Amino acid sequence: MTSEPFSRSIYPVTRDEGAETEIILAVIVDNEPGVLARVVGLISARGYNIESLTVAETDVERHTSRITIVTRGTLSKIEQIKAQLGRLVPVRRVIDVTREADALERELALIKVVGTGDDRIESMRLAEVFRARPIDTTHVSFVFEITGARDKINAFIDLMKPLGLREVSRTGVLSIRRGPESD
Amino acid sequence: MSATAEKAKSAARPQPGSVSKSGAELLLDALEEQGVDVIFGYPGGAVLPIYDALYKRDTIRHVLVRHEQGAVHAAEGYARSTGKVGVVLVTSGPGATNVVTGLADALLDSIPLVCITGQVARALIGTDAFQECDTVGITRSCTKYNYLVPSAHKLAGAVHEAFHIARNGRPGPVVIDIPKDVQFEEALYTARAEAKNRNCITTPPINPLEIERAVDLMRHARRPVLYTGGGVINSGRAASETLRTLARETAIPVTSTLMGLGAFPASDPQWLGMLGMHGSFEANSAMHDCDLMIAVGARFDDRITGRLDAFSPGSRKIHIDIDPSSINKNVRVDLGIVGDCGAVMEALLAEWRRRNGSDPYDAKRTDAWRKQIEAWRAKKSFSYQPSQTRIKPQFAIERLFALTRGLDVYVTTEVGQHQMWAAQHFHFDEPNRWMTSGGLGTMGYGLPAAIGVQAAHPLSLVIDIAGDASVQMTMQEMSTAVQHDLPVKIFILNNAYLGMVRQWQELLHGGRYSHSYSSSLPDFVKLAEAYGAVGVRAETPDELDSKIVDMISVKKPVIFDCVVTQEENVFPMIPSGAAHNEMLFGRRHAAGYDVSDEGRALV
Repeated sequence: MTSEPFSRSIYPVTRDEGAETEIILAVIVDNEPGVLARVVGLISARGYNIESLTVAETDVERHTSRITIVTRGTLSKIEQIKAQLGRLVPVRRVIDVTREADALERELALIKVVGTGDDRIESMRLAEVFRARPIDTTHVSFVFEITGARDKINAFIDLMKPLGLREVSRTGVLSIRRGPESD
Repeated sequence: MSATAEKAKSAARPQPGSVSKSGAELLLDALEEQGVDVIFGYPGGAVLPIYDALYKRDTIRHVLVRHEQGAVHAAEGYARSTGKVGVVLVTSGPGATNVVTGLADALLDSIPLVCITGQVARALIGTDAFQECDTVGITRSCTKYNYLVPSAHKLAGAVHEAFHIARNGRPGPVVIDIPKDVQFEEALYTARAEAKNRNCITTPPINPLEIERAVDLMRHARRPVLYTGGGVINSGRAASETLRTLARETAIPVTSTLMGLGAFPASDPQWLGMLGMHGSFEANSAMHDCDLMIAVGARFDDRITGRLDAFSPGSRKIHIDIDPSSINKNVRVDLGIVGDCGAVMEALLAEWRRRNGSDPYDAKRTDAWRKQIEAWRAKKSFSYQPSQTRIKPQFAIERLFALTRGLDVYVTTEVGQHQMWAAQHFHFDEPNRWMTSGGLGTMGYGLPAAIGVQAAHPLSLVIDIAGDASVQMTMQEMSTAVQHDLPVKIFILNNAYLGMVRQWQELLHGGRYSHSYSSSLPDFVKLAEAYGAVGVRAETPDELDSKIVDMISVKKPVIFDCVVTQEENVFPMIPSGAAHNEMLFGRRHAAGYDVSDEGRALV
């Protein structure tokens, strides 16, 4: 990818160049029927797995929605996904959040932990460390609400595993650009 | 249309948008405003209101096909030969599923189409109603865009937007799915000028820095080649003219993909012939050995590149394309220029001339390259072993070309060996004269496409160069040609085989001809007569010319059964998984060729 524009192009032209990386794409689309199917269909038709997906209308006046997709692929495949997404009629912009924009990343998770005794006390203590709030409680269970970057949520889930982790529900990643500029 | 005629027309009818009309009428109003003069279609339950409205109008000609796939191919032929948007009208359910092949074909070959499908009434959608299918779901991945029209109020606007999407940017097919009750519902008309146009279908402005870089590369190259594709034809007549001027002033030799034939005249000494799997030796060798490749409106298809890691190893590459996703898709290039081919070539030409003003270009730089190309050309890679007793398929095409030279002729093809022979031996000096299914490779494309071309050019000679297998896939459209008085000529190279399949089985699968022989072909002459058309058969080389002249002189549809040698192969050939400099020529070389397992797995 670092080739000079005027280099002798003896590219190693194989279909799978380089290692796979994870990527977060923000896709600004016209909010109309079928738009999600178009975006998801395009990615799945190329055989890529979508790791997380969030979508909601974000600008009521302009009828635009923001779709945030986390997927994996080699650099060239990711470039292709971006170009192909950009070609869809209802897609206004595709932003490569991980590489193009200095962006914040947040996810919300609901985590059910079932246990009694020391495990229960330990889970509550760890929740405080992670600033996770118990939003439902019984004598044998908690439901924690936690927000943060994916790494933090993953770490919290790992810590809960030996303490009676029963069920996890996550929203998928949201992102927004830092500073006064907008996408 | 002149301004006064426009005014007179608008005065004659009530002010648009002031009177409520049914959805069906609004649809036809919108089609009229878009300048549609022909629709290819097939009626059915869910489009009866539209057909009822059509009955009362004489502004739009309707060509009744015999199968919906034929309607789409006819519209493709119409669009490709005129540069206008082709229009299809079919019913719901099976009508819609039958158009899928044609839509996929148009998507891959970037043909602008608007396909109107009927749908069951809104209240019935999702209830497994009679002739219901999820048309927008099924066609989503084989169209550029599609709509399910939610109300008559939105119908006219959707039609205008659909035409805008179909013809702008990289052209493609658009489906408009209209529920039957929307066709009855009354609403006001939305004029074309008031309809919104999608923001994303814009062609970016040309970046002068990229043009300067490109001209730098062109002036420094010692072995340049122009590799042009269907995009030049899509860009319009002017783009072909610009290509000719650019090639002439820069003295760069030109090759083209199957889809781009005719953009550059085949009679020009700078013409290298078609490139790719069955392209000429000089074209493929020039692509392999060049030091600068200028790809214009072409997309580095696998039929063009052969083995990717051996594709033109020593060259810098410039890629001009209107579709940003085409650039760096299959082959990484040094300079990608997103824009309309014609406009970008125009800019290149202007910059080239500007540079020449202060520092004249020395054409001697490329003398050695031209000499090398002439040496390759001397190999005459399209030549074949002639026969005195049997008609060689290549000979048949050569004679067809010779005898139609100077006539106003359009050629369509099916898919297979005959298609490649037509591309090799029938030569085009003008764009929009050659209609073929390049990307999807749809057998059965040629006959209905010829019908579409003939509908657009009633007085021209339209020939479908066909194979005996392909033509039977849409043979029913002969009935369309006869009914609508479209005198297309179906020139069948009859070898009784699925020729290209047989060739691959011979070369790559040990000569095991698994299910590639048609043992009970119809008598094509009698078949023509059964349809009310004219049948002609030629079996020997000496009767061929007079039979072809007969065919041309008949003013009715003709099926020409040209009985050719059965086991002829298309050469030269770059086998799958091989590089451009590993071409096969004729049988004696092919026997010793060993195709790798990976090559065999490629199609």
